[in-house]
Amino acid sequence: MTQELWGVFLNAALVNNFVLAYFLGICPFLGVSAKLDSAGRMGLAVTFVMLVASLCAFGINRLLGMIGAEYLSLISYIVVIASSVQLVEMFVRKTSPALFKQLGIFLPLITTNCAILAVALFQTQREYGLLEGLVFAFGAGMGFTLALVLMAGIRERLRLVDVPDVAQGMAITLVLAGILSLAFMGFAGMGASA
Amino acid sequence: MADAGMISEREDGVERLRLGFWRENPILVQALGMCPVLAVSNTGVNALTMSLATTFVLLSSAIVISTIRGIIPRQVRLACFVLVIATFVTLTDMAVEAFALELHQALGAFLPLIVVNCMILSRIEIMASRQPISVAALDAIGMGAGFMLGLVTLGSLRELLGRGTLFGAQVMPDRFEPWQVMQLPGGGFFTLAALVIGFTLLDRSLKRWREVPA
Repeated sequence: MTQELWGVFLNAALVNNFVLAYFLGICPFLGVSAKLDSAGRMGLAVTFVMLVASLCAFGINRLLGMIGAEYLSLISYIVVIASSVQLVEMFVRKTSPALFKQLGIFLPLITTNCAILAVALFQTQREYGLLEGLVFAFGAGMGFTLALVLMAGIRERLRLVDVPDVAQGMAITLVLAGILSLAFMGFAGMGASA
Repeated sequence: MADAGMISEREDGVERLRLGFWRENPILVQALGMCPVLAVSNTGVNALTMSLATTFVLLSSAIVISTIRGIIPRQVRLACFVLVIATFVTLTDMAVEAFALELHQALGAFLPLIVVNCMILSRIEIMASRQPISVAALDAIGMGAGFMLGLVTLGSLRELLGRGTLFGAQVMPDRFEPWQVMQLPGGGFFTLAALVIGFTLLDRSLKRWREVPA
């Protein structure tokens, strides 16, 4: 059991990294990842919301299965994720203003991060249970954080480099992402049981 | 992009179409809606299906939102937009599953992920929620076409170099050794980077060419 969960975690975090293998969450990856510390914080916030989304999706699937309305699942996910992000935001603001300030604008923006919805969808598609789902969400979040932090580190160095005029901005970032993605292919085969 | 919302209602519809297709191309210029897109760009057929589905969702939600734009309260507008988009995505998902099961399996979870395509939400917010139906629809078609231009080029290139085929038909000679890397995720990033650079270069030389006779 433990080994299986470890496999799920490794698979989500490294082998099939959400950003570098599935191209999920590219927008914050290309947009936010210019600074190292904000990248780390963004990653943690996303991980947290992923865990909440995984929990919600599990509940939704049970509920919709009971009343036989699976076709409503997509609409329910997106509404529940949006409102739970809002709830989390209010909760954090009341209980820990310091953390709230740190997360800042990232928290509301997470709603439109495709990686979150993807956690709910993949978890349903692969028929993960509650525990597996949570581990999967945690792994996906950690993988996202890793990719974001790596990218931010490289981009901080990039400022000192002479990039050709036409490749400035998006193009050079995409090339970097491609190289990172190739590097992550080295993990293929690990945790393959999942 | 910021001034796109301020255009007058009488602006030429053809101009709207052209903007989306070229100068504000969602993939190559604005870099919007990349998330559920790069993942399915490994073959031309997948890319074409994905862009058709996205265009359909964009066009229908733009028409619906533009019709009811007067009665949506400002505070809950994003939730309303998302609900309408999610409805059309569910419809599309079901239709593809019913008519092309194989394609549906190839696209997997990426079809429902159209819901969070930032390109759709941004067009709805900028255009459809403020403009009359005709302008919103033309804008949606132009953006959809631009999206298709970017995505299908990307998908065909990756398929051509990674498998030696184009839309499933063998094109390259037998001796051609497929570039494995093009089918890997990394290849997707590289190809898109190359496309963006190519687009920028082409756009620049077009502008220069236009300026010379004037």
